[in-house]
Amino acid sequence: MTSAKPHAIEVKNLEVTNGDVTAVRGVSFTIPQGGRMGLVGESGSGKSMTALALMGLLPMGWSTHGSILHDGVDLVTQSDKALSSRRGRTLSMVFQDPLSSLNPVRRVGDQISSVIRRHTGADRKVAEAQTIELIKQMNLPRPEQLVRAYPHEISGGQRQRIMIAMALACYPQLIIADEPTTALDVTVQKQVLRLLNGAVRDRGSALLMITHDLPIIAAMCDTVAVMYAGRIVEIGPVQEVFRNPRHHYTRGLLDSQPTMDNIALDGSSRLVSIPGMVPPLHSLPTGCAFNPRCPAATDKCRETMPELGSDGISAACWHPINVAGEVAAQ
Amino acid sequence: MAIYALRKLAFFLGAVFVASLAIFILIRAAGGNVAAIVLGKDATAEAINALAHAYGLDQPLPVQYFNWITNMLQGDLGQSFRTKESVAELVTARLSVSVPLALSGLLLGLIIAIPVGTYAARNVGKPSGAVLALISQIGIAVPVFWAGILLSVLFGVKLGWLPTGGWTDWRESPIGAIRSLVLPVLSLGLIMAAVLIRYVRSAVLDVMNQDYVRTARAVGMTRTQALLSVGLRNAALPIVTIVGLQIAELIGGTVIIEMVFSLPGLSRMILANVAAREVIVVQSTVMLIIIFVIFVNFVVDLLYGVLDPRVRNAA
Repeated sequence: MTSAKPHAIEVKNLEVTNGDVTAVRGVSFTIPQGGRMGLVGESGSGKSMTALALMGLLPMGWSTHGSILHDGVDLVTQSDKALSSRRGRTLSMVFQDPLSSLNPVRRVGDQISSVIRRHTGADRKVAEAQTIELIKQMNLPRPEQLVRAYPHEISGGQRQRIMIAMALACYPQLIIADEPTTALDVTVQKQVLRLLNGAVRDRGSALLMITHDLPIIAAMCDTVAVMYAGRIVEIGPVQEVFRNPRHHYTRGLLDSQPTMDNIALDGSSRLVSIPGMVPPLHSLPTGCAFNPRCPAATDKCRETMPELGSDGISAACWHPINVAGEVAAQ
Repeated sequence: MAIYALRKLAFFLGAVFVASLAIFILIRAAGGNVAAIVLGKDATAEAINALAHAYGLDQPLPVQYFNWITNMLQGDLGQSFRTKESVAELVTARLSVSVPLALSGLLLGLIIAIPVGTYAARNVGKPSGAVLALISQIGIAVPVFWAGILLSVLFGVKLGWLPTGGWTDWRESPIGAIRSLVLPVLSLGLIMAAVLIRYVRSAVLDVMNQDYVRTARAVGMTRTQALLSVGLRNAALPIVTIVGLQIAELIGGTVIIEMVFSLPGLSRMILANVAAREVIVVQSTVMLIIIFVIFVNFVVDLLYGVLDPRVRNAA
């Protein structure tokens, strides 16, 4: 993964801890300029904590270790003030719930234009004109009226477009989208994703897409990282990982996605679920954290933690599944 | 917003009406022949009847109520039995003491409580936050009269910087008036602050963890900027509510403080007139205070609409 251009972000050995609790452990990945990576995993796997750590927006009490290289600096070592001058400008984030994420007492137009003014120093008039332009790009109706609306006065899909407009306003190098459509109606999810996809592409920004919805990753990303219990357990090009998952957890995730094939109309669903539950962060099993739920677990898995390889596609597993779908004996 | 304001105005007028009925009934329920008490033991029956007649006290209660209300609406608050002074004049004279006292006390409370409460919220879980919470707790436990006495002993008796009590009229010496108000305002303000700090702290704490404050940071504000510009704006709603509710508390506080510092304020006038059974004076003055309290709450409701577009639209 060496390229002449600097990467949009390069994360090395990221750890996110709060006292004895570790939410993210040893996470490393790189997203090149304009690259798109999907981050998948169940709730509590550490996806959102990873995203918030990149932004420097972890809740009180949590701290970040390791390194996050972005735009020539290590974000981990930066002060809140230094980070704030980057947030919204070189890296930005779209959150899950647009209603709670927008300031309820401020007009949406002002919320967008204040971001532009803050980072570009544009005067009010210019920023307002740019805001209207952005809202047009978001395919929102009647931009001149919409800027005067408060968040509660517009629909969920419109709110999320406003959030996206805010995040994209200053042409960031990297956009992190944390479950951007989970809180939306199914009917508008696709529109919002298409819009996000196009807007990110037009700006040449890199994208880190966090979701548990695998088809979204397949459609929008070129690489995918699968997280489990705070670690990346498999990483690689999307097509390859989804076609031939090597890690049993990835396999389980793919098998538990509803498709037309595995939902039988007579009710005899063939939808598979992964047995067991995500272990709590403070009492992870020894060895591979997935071993209690893994069909291929052996004593080795219960004793020693498998590491992720450093090549393009890799799974942290002692008994990876091979291309033919067989489990390596090792 | 106009519809919202009209609705709140209707509530305001309704509340004033109900309050006027309540006061009238409560004061008359105290019983006794008011005219007889006012004139004393040796009064003749004729004199008592004449007084009762002159003030309309011999008429049926509904008529008395109706007259009182219609006179009030025309600005006539009645007059004292004994001194014949009009209530309006009595009240105006006292307002130059009570209004500056109450308003400055409230203002001081807010000026202390908003920054300190915000600071305490930001430092929750740290020693500095805990110390502030403790001080605020102690402040709540201290009765306002005791705070007054302590301040008076320290600044009045020991240091001799300020008068321990009494009043210099504004017309006589504005500086003297201010000097007589400093300790009363301080006692009232500190006790108000102690109560308000807790509310400000919890309002800010609540707002601090809201997603929109995180969003403000995600688009380029520092933690402090997000808290001050987005957080406090949203925390203003619960804080305004509490201030509205504290107005009644504030008036109670001024009654006590006026006693402690022997200030010739409205509250002391009411107490003296209650003792003297000056029914009309008490009735009208209490009504004025109640209108003020209800009015403040009306203003708070309007402020709500100004501060929060969701409230405005819901109406």
